[in-house]
Parts: sequence; structure tokens; C-alpha cells
Amino acid sequence: MSTDITWLIGGPQGSGVETGANIFSRVCAEMGYQVFGKREFYSNIKGEHSYFAVRVADKKIHSNLNDVTVMVSFDAETIFRHYNEVMSGGAMIYDSDLENTTTDDVPTLNQIFKSRLHKELEAKNKPFTISGVLETAKENGVNLYPVSFRDILSKLADETGNPKLKALIRMFNVIGVSLSLGLLKMPPDSLFKSIENIFSKKPKIAEINKQAANHSYNFATAKFNDFNYSLPGTKKEPHTLLVQGHLGAAIGKMVCGCRFQSYYPITPASDECVFLEQHQILEIDGDRPGSTAIIQTEDEISAIGMMIGSALTGTRSATCTSGPGFSLMAEAIGWAGINEVPIVITLYQRSGPSTGLPTRHGQDDLLFAINSSHGEFPKIVYASGDIEESFYDTCNCFNYSDVFQVPVIHMMDKFLSSSVVTCKRFDPSKVTIDRGKLLEKIDDNDYKRFAFTDDGISPRSKLGLENGVFWNTGDERDEYGHISEDPIERIQMMDKRMSRLELIAKKIPKEEQVVSFGVHDFTIISWGSTKGPIIDALEMLKKENIDIGFVQFKLLHPFPTDYAESLLKDAKTIIDIESNHTAQLSQIFKQNLSRDVDYFILKYTGRGMTSTEIYDSLKKIIENKASKREILKHGA
Amino acid sequence: MALKLSDYKTDVHNDWCPGCGDFGIVNAIQMALAEMNIPRDKAAIFSGIGCSGKTSHFINVYGIHTLHGRVLTFAQGAKIANPDMTIVAAGGDGDGLGIGAGHFVAAGRRDVNMTYIIFDNGVYGLTKGQASPTLKLGEQTKSLASPNTNYDVNPIGLAVASGFTFVARGYSYDIKHLKDLIKAAIQHKGLAFLDVLQPCPTYNDINTRDWYAGVDMVEEAQKRHSRIYKLEDIGFEPTVHFNEESELNEKLSQALIKSLEWGNKIPIGIFYKNELISRYGERLTDTIPNFLENPPAKQRISSNGKPITNVSKLLDSFEV
Repeated sequence: MSTDITWLIGGPQGSGVETGANIFSRVCAEMGYQVFGKREFYSNIKGEHSYFAVRVADKKIHSNLNDVTVMVSFDAETIFRHYNEVMSGGAMIYDSDLENTTTDDVPTLNQIFKSRLHKELEAKNKPFTISGVLETAKENGVNLYPVSFRDILSKLADETGNPKLKALIRMFNVIGVSLSLGLLKMPPDSLFKSIENIFSKKPKIAEINKQAANHSYNFATAKFNDFNYSLPGTKKEPHTLLVQGHLGAAIGKMVCGCRFQSYYPITPASDECVFLEQHQILEIDGDRPGSTAIIQTEDEISAIGMMIGSALTGTRSATCTSGPGFSLMAEAIGWAGINEVPIVITLYQRSGPSTGLPTRHGQDDLLFAINSSHGEFPKIVYASGDIEESFYDTCNCFNYSDVFQVPVIHMMDKFLSSSVVTCKRFDPSKVTIDRGKLLEKIDDNDYKRFAFTDDGISPRSKLGLENGVFWNTGDERDEYGHISEDPIERIQMMDKRMSRLELIAKKIPKEEQVVSFGVHDFTIISWGSTKGPIIDALEMLKKENIDIGFVQFKLLHPFPTDYAESLLKDAKTIIDIESNHTAQLSQIFKQNLSRDVDYFILKYTGRGMTSTEIYDSLKKIIENKASKREILKHGA
Repeated sequence: MALKLSDYKTDVHNDWCPGCGDFGIVNAIQMALAEMNIPRDKAAIFSGIGCSGKTSHFINVYGIHTLHGRVLTFAQGAKIANPDMTIVAAGGDGDGLGIGAGHFVAAGRRDVNMTYIIFDNGVYGLTKGQASPTLKLGEQTKSLASPNTNYDVNPIGLAVASGFTFVARGYSYDIKHLKDLIKAAIQHKGLAFLDVLQPCPTYNDINTRDWYAGVDMVEEAQKRHSRIYKLEDIGFEPTVHFNEESELNEKLSQALIKSLEWGNKIPIGIFYKNELISRYGERLTDTIPNFLENPPAKQRISSNGKPITNVSKLLDSFEV
């Protein structure tokens, strides 16, 4: 029988939920399983509810499912919020000391959630307490595994003769993970290894945690032996990485030679910069060590200004940001556009408008990215669908910006960046570096930065190059870069710049523009991180002998109209799937292909899509039971 | 081969108003570059928006005419990436102290080794004379419908408070003095700020060339004398000589006190100078030891179109 389980851990922010999930994910990955973990958290430092849902399977997976197989919680809120997600036959490991906790005892339960929960419980005639919720779960067929977490600490304190351990509730996370491993009959050795790994800089803490882990693990294997699911291990795929989403772009930037990144702190983009800064010294084959200058600026306006200044020196330069910061960058994107400066902006989208849902997912910024900055100028908007792709795409984005001398906006999002997944090791040998018409030497002394050429792209000098002096201006310019308001020169310059859109659509290889996963009567169009849940949903349908096509758009501007048209000519019903309200891809699709989208599957709760909910909606569409707009809601 | 002053001039038509103070600043920059014999391809003028923004087009070195208020951001990025460049940023008082004030303060904290010149005339000239951040409260220049309702910002005081390590003021009609200040600013190891009083003959009818020259004070005194005087002439000692709190406090506070002088006596010259503070680029060597020898612009990133950055060990650490 194949393995495919989902494990969920929840608790207050700052209580080690993420550490717990990292240990569990690493253990599973080391046992050969494929892992897809989704992290959800509030815009808060301590106390609000956060959780991590880790799907573990012995086949390739790209998303989460709705159903939870094992839930482990050490606080009441997790139980109140997630009890309904645990499937029949699944398990809940919980702190038995919490049984009498009422919904009113949990200050972080918001009123509107409480009234929904109260209605559910009322309908089942249950009290508004953890016991009430647990009874409901039990009636749903869930196996309950009560454990007094404090008892475990006491016993551990006695066992080790260390009374201090009694109060160490910081270890609830490790206890929860270890109980889970015991329940799932997983071998404990990689658990200890993982703990050593995570606390490698604090050997004393590692030791205490290992004791707690050992004790809890033994407790679970002794007591929990009636559970039907287990994770005995499977054959490991060689060269598998366990990585968080932002690493694809970060390591891509190192490999492709980005040596300057300026940024202003913002969720969820800063993780990438922090990682780059932690690894800023670079090993260079056959040369002295290199480095990436990571500059934290006073705001996003400065971040993009500095990045452009750096790009003018011939340095591959980037910034990364999220919606609010990107809004601030808009003016300077136009400056880079008119001055034909190659820059890359990695845009980690979250839910807007304004501050919106600052720590939640969204794909709200596609049209804004395409139309960012006033006036008309060429730019590239490019979207990655998953972590592995984002590594290679990042390298390609730098090539595009150098070759076409345009700003490139690389669309990422929160779902992608905060997921923790197993994927194939990135292969730098597949990367090429193409700097386009960047000059290393200029002989004549009449250099014109904006010289008219056959392909509309001028040879590019850089600051500090002999005979390479040039001028830039945000004004319209002549070939040297000096201000010009001449009407005919204006036409020439506009035409020169704008001709690049056609060139981009022609020159970027088709397989880098759009990826077809097959086209059938029903075919999905989508972009970005919805790719994973779509692929998994299609796999589920395939098992029922239902074939649905999927065309993933990566190049979103300029829009690959002709190629998309040829790909989709046999599709009878087009279904657009996006994490936003207005189905932004469908708008540019319709504008360019003069073709309507038949159905929309949209989600704007701020939570990523699961394959289960896409599957459900697709089924409804095929059975002609769907509404034109299917709105997804899953996820706490 | 030594370069001549004319080598630093472009043939771009200069469309500033006749008599504009900006001419003096451009001339002084060109003279400073020529006297220092800085190769044309090793110098860059970054400019903001407004009349002063055109400065970069008149000087025959790299010229980067940026966005309103953002000139310091572009300039710092370039200097950090390529420390070999001599970089002079230039912009108006509205550009640097209004829309760009946040960057002004942040630049002071960073202390990147370059020069920033503010063309200080109290008005937004190119948009027809609105009040700028350095116009005094209650003053009404000729195109204002009513007297200025905002207090003025003190550029010298703000620079000192923000951490600029060279703070000076020049006068655009004293070109020789201004040229020497620009040279000193470029030679300074750190971020140099130069506030240049620059009469706008078209829109500022209060702080005119005659006003600076003290023409209106003739009746008060027997002899006409300029409002402007030089700090060096009164023996003002702006330099921080040793790294002690008392020395630092003394030099900072005397600069602040001097910055408040206005009206009948207006000081120009160097207010504050401190080379004992590490520059931004040097601070980066704490984490990147070879940063100054191998800055971003000089790094090799590929060989025959293939990457040469080796991330094997990093990838190993994520392999399960």
C-alpha cells in the first residue's frame, strides 16, 4: 500500500511549532519520503496561532491535502481550530490537561471564529470546551491520544534527577514530535540526529531535548499501539534536498552571479536576503572568494535606487520585496526601463490591498507588476511555479534582463516561499550566463549608450570603463543619453525601446514561456505556485480515468499570445485557477487571445490551495454542477 | 596625459536662466575634477530632479540624472559596487531635504565615501517658484500667494546630526572657494556634504546675489560688506583630531551653533570634519574580508558562459 499521510502541528507563535515541524520533516525526508510542508502564521511575534501541515508520501507530491492524518497539539487553540480537519481513522495527540478549557479561556480565538465553532458544537449538543470538541472528533472516527505533557516533564525530571526540567514547557514541541514518531512507528535514530542538527550550537539544550524525545517516544510506542498508519521508511531518491521556498531564488542568485542585493525588511521577502547575507562569502572556481553585498536600506525606494546604481557598474544586481514595498519601487522601475538598465526584482506576493494579510499568501499583483510605473516601456514579468523551477528561473531572469536590457519582475509568492519541501538537487551545470551586449572594452571615443541598432538593443557600457562615458536621464534622450524633446527622436527612441517586447517573445525559448502538461477538452490555465496543487489534483483525477489538461504560464509579460493560442486550440473548456479575486491571468488571456475563460477556481483567503479543493471543484465542473466562479475556502 | 578644464565640459546647451547661481557650481565641479586630474571614466555625477538635475549633462564624465529625491540612493549603490569611482551627487534643496530627506539622514548613517552637493536656493525653480524646505517661515518669495507657512530645515545641522563626516557650505558666486571646498569634499574619506547657497534670480527675490553681497545693509554701515564670511578667516577649527567623546562633542556642537547663524552674518567653509569614523565599505570588510579589493563590479561570475560560483557544499548541507 502506498503511503500518503498528513501530519499537523499547531501552537502559539514562538512556542517552537516551526522547529517541531522542521524536525519531523527532516526525519521523514531522511527516511526516504517526499515531503510537502505548509507553514501558516499570523502577523505577530508571540502568542497567536501558527501551524505547520506536513504531507509525507512515498511518491512525488507537490501540495497539501485537506485531510489531516495525525494532529499533534500542545495548546487548546490548535484543537479548536483544526479538530474538524482530522480524518476518520486519523489521530489526535493532545495535552490531556486541557480537556476542561473553554473557548472563552483562549483569548486569541477571534469572535467570528468562536461563533462559527459554537454553532457547530451546538448542533451536536456539545459543550464549548475541548472535551466537547474531542467528543465530536471521536464521533467523526478520530482516535484520541491524550497525554499529559506536564506529566512527561515531571517523569523526565525524576528520571534524570534534574528538577528544572519540570518547568521546561519550551520542549512541548519536541515532546509532540516524538510522540508522533512513536505513534507512527518510525525509528527514533533520525529523530535524535535531527535534534542534534537543529541544536548543533547548543549541545546542552540538544542533550535535554534528546532525553525528552527519548522519553516521549518510548511513552508513545508503549501506549499507542492501535493506530493503523505508520511510516516505516521507503527507498530514498538520490540527490534530494529538503529546502524552504525562498532558497531557490537565493541560491539561483549566487550561482548566476548576482553580487549586489539591496532590500528593506518585509514579510515574506526578507527571508531570502537573510539567507543570502548568512552565506555572503562565495566559493569561486579558479579565483579568490567572491561575495554578495547585501545592503539593508532605509526603505524600498532606496533599495531599488541602490540596486540600479549598482547595476550601472555592470554588477548583476537585484532586490526582493513584497506588495507594499513593490508599490514604493514603482517610480524607479520606469527609470530603469527608460534607461535600459538590467535589474531583477524578486516579488514575493502576499495578500493585499494595502497591508492586507501581511503573512498570508496571494497572487494579487500580476496586473500591477505588468503595469507598474507610469508611462510605456518594456519589461518582463515572469512567474515560477515551484521551488526547483525558481532556482533555474532566477538565473534565466538575470539573462533576460542583461540580454534585453529591461527590468525583470520575477513573481514568487508566500505559499511558494514558506513551504518546506523535498525536491531534486539544483544543478548549476544546467545554468548559463549570458550578459548580452555588456561591453568590457571600448576603443573609439564616440560611444553612444543609446545608439540605434538593427535589433533595438545598444551595446552597454558600465561605470568605470575606459572610453565608456555615457549619460542617463529619466527624461527622453538622444543616443548619448542627453535630454531631448525632439518629436522625431522621441518616436525613434520609443520605437527602439518598445520593439523589445516583440523581440522578447520571439527570443525566449518557448518552453521557458509556457509549460504544457497536456491539453484536453477541459484544460486549466494558471501561473505561479498553484502549479503544485493543480498537478496533484490532476493526478487524483487521472486515477479515475479523467484527463484534464494544464497549461502553466511563466512569461506573463510580454504575453506569449501565439504560442498559447497554438497550445490551447483543442481545448474546449478553459478553467482559470488563481489565488486572487479578479482572475487576473484570465484578463490578460482574454485581452490577448480574444477568448473567454469558462470557469474560474479562485481563492483569496490568504491560504494556499490544496489539491483536494482543486480536485473537488474540477469534479463539479466536469459534472456540470459548478458555478462559474468556484471560490475555495479551506484552511485555518 | 593631463586633462584640461575644457575636457570636463560637454557641448550640451545649458538652459538655466541668465545669472543663475547653478553656473558657478557646475564650473566649480569641472575645475575641481580638472585640478585633481580625475580620469573622465573614473568619475560620475549623479543628479536629482529640477534645474540642478541637469548638472550631470554639462559635465563630461559619467552623468546619471536620476529621480526626484533619490539621487543619494543611486549614487551610494554605484559607489558600493565600484569603489574606484569618484562620485559626486548633486541636487536641489527640495530634492534632498524635502522629498529626499529620509535618504539624506540614512546616507549620513552609512558614510559611503562620496560627495553630496545641495543647490540651496529656497525655491522650487523648475515648477515656478514654490517654497522649498530651506525657505524661512513667513518669507514670501515673488511667486508665492502667501507667506511660507513652514519652518525651514537647517541643512548643516541636519547633516551633522545625521552623521555626515564632512559638512561644509559654499557660495556659488565665490567659485574659487567653492572649487576648493569641492576638492576637499572629494578628498575627504567618507560622506561629504556641501550646502551651496545659490541665488535663484527668477523666483527668489529675497536671497538674491545683492542680498548676499549686503547691498541692502549699506545704510546701516559706513562701508558695504558682504553677509557672507569664511569660517577659516575667523580661525574656526572644524576637524575632529582624536577619538574622544569630549573632542567629538565640542566639534559637533560648535558646528551646530555655527549652522544657526543667518541674517547679517552667514558663514561658509568647513563646519565639521571627522575622518576617524570607518566608512561603509570598510565596515563591510568585517563580514567580507576582501570586499575592497574584490567589490561587486570587479568580480568574475562566469567562464565561457557557465557559472563559476561553487555552491556544492551549500547544496550538500540541504541534501537528505
